[in-house]
Amino acid sequence: MGIADDRRVAQATRAPLLLLLPAAVVFCAFFILPLARLILIGGSGPLGWSAYTAALTEPRYLASLVSTVSLAAATTLATLIVSSVSGVFLTRHRFTGRRLLVSMLTLPLAFPGVVIGFMVIMLGGRQGLIPSVSDALFDERWVFAYSMTGLFVGYLYFSIPRTILTIMASAEKLDPRIEEAARSLGAGPIRVALDVIVPALKPALVAAGAICFATAMGAFGTAFTLATRINVLPMVIYTEFTLQANIAMAAALSFVLGAITWAALALARSVSGTSVAAAG
Amino acid sequence: MRQPVSVVARTGSDSLPRPGLRRGLSFGVQLFITALLSVFLILPVLMSIVAGFTANYFEGWSSGLTTAWVIKVLTEYHASIVLSMQIALACLACNLLIGVPAAYALFRTQSRFGRMIEELLVMPVAVPGLATSLALIITFGGWGDLRQSWVFILIGHLLFTLPFMVRSVLAVMSSIDLNAFEEAARSLGASFWHRMFHIVLPNCASGIVAGSLMVVTLSLGEFNMTLLLHTPLTKTLPIGLADAYASLRIEVGSAYTVVFFVLIVPLLIALQRTSGRGR
Repeated sequence: MGIADDRRVAQATRAPLLLLLPAAVVFCAFFILPLARLILIGGSGPLGWSAYTAALTEPRYLASLVSTVSLAAATTLATLIVSSVSGVFLTRHRFTGRRLLVSMLTLPLAFPGVVIGFMVIMLGGRQGLIPSVSDALFDERWVFAYSMTGLFVGYLYFSIPRTILTIMASAEKLDPRIEEAARSLGAGPIRVALDVIVPALKPALVAAGAICFATAMGAFGTAFTLATRINVLPMVIYTEFTLQANIAMAAALSFVLGAITWAALALARSVSGTSVAAAG
Repeated sequence: MRQPVSVVARTGSDSLPRPGLRRGLSFGVQLFITALLSVFLILPVLMSIVAGFTANYFEGWSSGLTTAWVIKVLTEYHASIVLSMQIALACLACNLLIGVPAAYALFRTQSRFGRMIEELLVMPVAVPGLATSLALIITFGGWGDLRQSWVFILIGHLLFTLPFMVRSVLAVMSSIDLNAFEEAARSLGASFWHRMFHIVLPNCASGIVAGSLMVVTLSLGEFNMTLLLHTPLTKTLPIGLADAYASLRIEVGSAYTVVFFVLIVPLLIALQRTSGRGR
């Protein structure tokens, strides 16, 4: 490499790093530094550093951790199944009304958690649609909004639009000839789906699934709207911080929650190869 | 592409279910599931719009239509609506000022270091907003008037939206041959700033537009961080929404939701359009 080349490379790289500086300063000052303090504060309460072990071992916290993880896992599984069916279907077929369906399915993308909580109340709340219908049909009001079921429905609502978009983008790259080959060899539609389509969609499924899981773990707008009594980790953190003023425990629990969601996303990244991020 | 080509000659195929028929059934099932999902997503939206304009939701349409609820929301909550718009626009300005240059820097630094920075920038999205806001309060809560200022909320929103702007712009930069354009301009003697404003920015316009729409949309709806960061004097729109849902009648909550939809749905549709064009 000649001197002229060296100089050109130097010129090319010096300016860009300067351009990164403002973002880096904001990021370090308002994210890295506070997060480091959060970790220290977590160890500064009456329990000391064992607050972190308490977050994982004390029955009250452990119970909410288990129910949060189970809820997130159930949401992820259900979202992936229904979104895959619709996503692949909408990519494969062209029919009248398809565009309308796609718009309807992706409209709630980026609705905030609080609004989604209200959507669940509209469906299953005291004056909701499903209780009214069940009342008319079976003389019984099926109110499900203010419980774990309501939260599950809410997270499903939240996750379906973005998951369908991810799956549609990935399904466009599928080669229909492979499915035709499988079909012509006598495989039924379910065999084709499980043995051909699912493996081909795996990176998209892993990426979208990780986002579902992480948002169902961490987002709490929906839980906040539905009921403060739902025992999920974000609600416990909020209660510890605002009602109990137990900042150290809230910090330790936040750290545990952050570590779990971050690990889920990092795992997905290493499996699917693309970088993924949660939202909301 | 729609019709599978059945190349296997079957003997006595009349006794077997014909592929067309089987496909017809599976087509129907999939269409049904898809339609059911759309109804699940859209029905509550329509219901809340109806409820927001109904005099008494419990009694139904017979109680008459009214705009009173929407007017009530606009008069009682206009401060939080204005504040949310102010924060969203300020957040967009900050993103344009620091996010777009950062994306360019990351694009040019094609190294492990660059990828590491990109990973780090995404962390505020991966870490729950509750944790980030708690960390911000612990660290900067005692800093003069910052805690009482709307700027405190802006900082949270900026952290959360920055990765969306950076990645949106970065994606466009990587998909076009920006290096070749810049090299050509440089060889013709264009200075760094000239290249920036005449080559880089115009070519990344679609990514900047998509990123901007995303930033404004996310900022307008952000709740997870804002719930802890806000004060009684700095209530944003989603905080007001949660307030209305918890304490007021369903018509007011619905009317407030309608106001929010009016702000956010055009942004979401524009977002759909821009991403649809890119594909």
